[in-house]
Amino acid sequence: MNRMITCTVNGKKKELSVDVRQSLLEVLREQLGLLSVKQGCAVGECGACTVLLDDVPIDACLYLAVWADGRSIRSVEGESRNDKLSRVQQAFVDEGAVQCGICTPGFVMAATSFVEKHKHQKVSRYDIRRGLAGNLCRCTGYETIVTAVQKNLDDDDQ
Amino acid sequence: MAIGKSVKRVDAVAKVTGRARYTDDFYMPGTLVAKYLRSTIAHGRVKKIDTRKAEQLPGVEAVFTYEDVPETKFATAGHPYSLDPAHKDVEDRRLLTQHVRYWGDEIAIVVADNKLVLQEALKHIKIEYETYEPLVSPQASLAKNARQIHAGSNNVIGESGYKVGGRIEEAITNADIALQNRYRTQMCQHCHIENHIAYAYMDDLEHIVVVSSTQIPHIARRIVGEALGLPWGRIRIVKPYIGGGFGAKQDVILEPMVAFLTLKLDGRPIKIDLSREECMIGTRTRHPFDVKMRAAVNKDGVLVALEMDAVANTGAYASHGHSVAGAAGAKTRLLYPRAAMHYHARTVYTNTPAAGAMRAYGAPQVIFAVECMIEEAARKIGMDPVAFRMKNVARQGDADPLSGERFESCGLIECLQQGKDLIRWDEKRAARPKKQTGPLRRGLGVACFSYASGTYPACLEIAGARIILNQDASLHIQVGATEIGQGLDTIVAQMAAETVGVPFADVHVVSTQDTDVAPFDTGAYASRQAYVASNAVFRAARELKAKILEHAGRVTGILGGELDILNGAIVDRKDLSRKVISLKEVALDAYYDKQRGGQLTADVSHKTCTNAPTFGCTFVEIEVDIPLCKVDIKEIYNVHDSGVILHPVMAKGQVHGGVAMGIAAGLYEEMKIDAETGKIYNNNFLDYKIPTAVDVPDIGCEFVETYEPSSGYGNKALGEPPIISPPPAIRNAIYDATGIAINELPMTPHTLFKYFKEAGLF
Ligand code: FES
Ligand code: FES
Repeated sequence: MNRMITCTVNGKKKELSVDVRQSLLEVLREQLGLLSVKQGCAVGECGACTVLLDDVPIDACLYLAVWADGRSIRSVEGESRNDKLSRVQQAFVDEGAVQCGICTPGFVMAATSFVEKHKHQKVSRYDIRRGLAGNLCRCTGYETIVTAVQKNLDDDDQ
Repeated sequence: MAIGKSVKRVDAVAKVTGRARYTDDFYMPGTLVAKYLRSTIAHGRVKKIDTRKAEQLPGVEAVFTYEDVPETKFATAGHPYSLDPAHKDVEDRRLLTQHVRYWGDEIAIVVADNKLVLQEALKHIKIEYETYEPLVSPQASLAKNARQIHAGSNNVIGESGYKVGGRIEEAITNADIALQNRYRTQMCQHCHIENHIAYAYMDDLEHIVVVSSTQIPHIARRIVGEALGLPWGRIRIVKPYIGGGFGAKQDVILEPMVAFLTLKLDGRPIKIDLSREECMIGTRTRHPFDVKMRAAVNKDGVLVALEMDAVANTGAYASHGHSVAGAAGAKTRLLYPRAAMHYHARTVYTNTPAAGAMRAYGAPQVIFAVECMIEEAARKIGMDPVAFRMKNVARQGDADPLSGERFESCGLIECLQQGKDLIRWDEKRAARPKKQTGPLRRGLGVACFSYASGTYPACLEIAGARIILNQDASLHIQVGATEIGQGLDTIVAQMAAETVGVPFADVHVVSTQDTDVAPFDTGAYASRQAYVASNAVFRAARELKAKILEHAGRVTGILGGELDILNGAIVDRKDLSRKVISLKEVALDAYYDKQRGGQLTADVSHKTCTNAPTFGCTFVEIEVDIPLCKVDIKEIYNVHDSGVILHPVMAKGQVHGGVAMGIAAGLYEEMKIDAETGKIYNNNFLDYKIPTAVDVPDIGCEFVETYEPSSGYGNKALGEPPIISPPPAIRNAIYDATGIAINELPMTPHTLFKYFKEAGLF
């Protein structure tokens, strides 16, 4: 059974007809071509599918597309504007927080939400680790990812 | 100059913007999906299978069983082809099997036009089994009268070993102190975040295209050909960006099946996308090792002899099983090269998931045993564990005791010194009370490793590189070596920029390997690529540079020998600041002048016949919570001798990732097998705990830069080694803190509780 939903995706209004059984991950990838939304487990364990729903990170694999009706979704495709990376994206590049890259879009979104929430606050590396504990990375040991977020927060002109 | 600089990773932007395309990101309309029917027993035979009901479901295109696939048995290990029949990989698999050898074995496959129907269809296949007792441990499969998992094998795939440094019995009898012990390591899984995935389609009636998340496209091509009995040239493997592999994708797993399916179904596109649960049991794991060791040591601190007798469990199919144990022994032989060393390993089949290549290929298992034993020895003679190692480890001037090959570069002693300073070893040890008794106890641990930069002389080492000068004076480089996250694309661009003499930003890399066009290289494994590709890239870059200068000579009338290339400009060799002509002018002339020139390219295939040893160590400080049986890492450092560091930031990235994986192997991870049924019951991320960001500490790392002359740019292996020494270092730190020697992995609270209880702590 299909149902019509209206939502905002990366700042653009979308009207979509979605199968009620489909996850948000499937709709974002298959209908909207937002291929940054990766699937690592499909059951909410790895965070590779993290997108922001009304600015809060969620696992798109666990979230039914119909629930997104009336909500606003951000994926990594919407984070760089006019060929310019977002600050968080840039920090990931600068700190070497990218290896195989399969976890990267999800991490960038989780980190973006963390940074937005903690602007101008003092947070420790451990706080950052806790804030990002919903995302798995098998390549980096998290070291440079944590540093990228830390540098981003320390950067006060945001 | 690009070498040694942390230039911007060439694929970083593609990856942070989500524009990097992985196997699942190429859509072809009408793609069919396929899913295996996996056995629900670990050992037995399918007596009857009825697929009729499944076939009739709307949306199901076809169901294939073991009756429908070729009889040919093939080997899946990602090794280069061998001309020596005695060195061939073990051919023990068919595409689907009637004989079930592990819980999850592949009996049939359903193809449908959507995922939901697939699940449904699998439920409609009826199977009757004849069940046998699952042989889940080497003890069980080696027992007298145990059923043969593969007919004629006696459940042993192979044995390997070496004896160097003289008679061990004599050494042990004559030494001041003899020690013996037994060490065990567990079954781990790679847990690359992108599961195994591949799809295939046909271009015409002959050619099969397979797009796959693989570390080894050229090998995959050959194995698909072998499995299907097709000439290799009819197979084309395309490898886009891949989301991690760690060895699990150094094995040909889905490619022959998708190729078979498209061949059967009119060349239509067909995809297999394994679930996490399937990926964890149905691809590859790390071989559990059980190592009996003896050591002989003199009171003056000289390590006289080490003897190892290992049993490696390869599970249901050979995969890399016949070579992992041998390679592990060979790579660790270099660590204490002045001691007598006997190594023997036997690899056995069991009814458990197939083990294969995993980061550092058996070395973590063997080094765990060695570095535990070394610790016992140091403590027994009352010597500081670092001092004992410094006295006995490999140093400049030593040689591989078996081949006699001298180490051209060896900075292990310097690594130990640096690690010791970083963690403030002496200071902390001096400050600590002799015996700790409270609930929280601190300990310091150290462990070393040796490894290699490839597989030579056991296997062929070949690399290919092609570099093209573009019209705009930029370069395109294409190599057969594969980017799997480690940064290979960036490294080869640095090498080309350095040697041709152009700015790094002017080098473009063809990241995708397509076996129809990519230079031949066997792929990402054995930490070989930056080492073996270095020579191919160096030669190609030098050749291209010579061609550019020759053409510049024709354009300018100055002899090519009097010119050089600096920062993308042709300059006077004797006065590098004097620009003669721009590279762009030379390029345009070469392309478009009606008579002279042509496209300037170089294409080199290089065989490397050396194998540089690489070294390093881990230092760790921990706190053990005795009542909770928990280990908390306070500080950890890895120090590596990997020759010249080509890109410091990426090099550190390899170390961070490897150390995190090592910590996890030491403290957390284990695939749990139900002893009765042989079923793995934690094949998912909820129950199999890979570390999150809170489960690993800040990881320190340093390099002792040596220069390795056999490499194009002085570099040696780095990808796998960081995982090797953290587990024994942590173990030795627990020993230091508690006086209790833990001799098995992982050192979870569960394990520690057992040991602490035995030692009377509770
Ligand atoms: S795919 Fe959604 S959490 Fe893993
Ligand atoms: S970069 Fe590979 S999983 Fe994070």
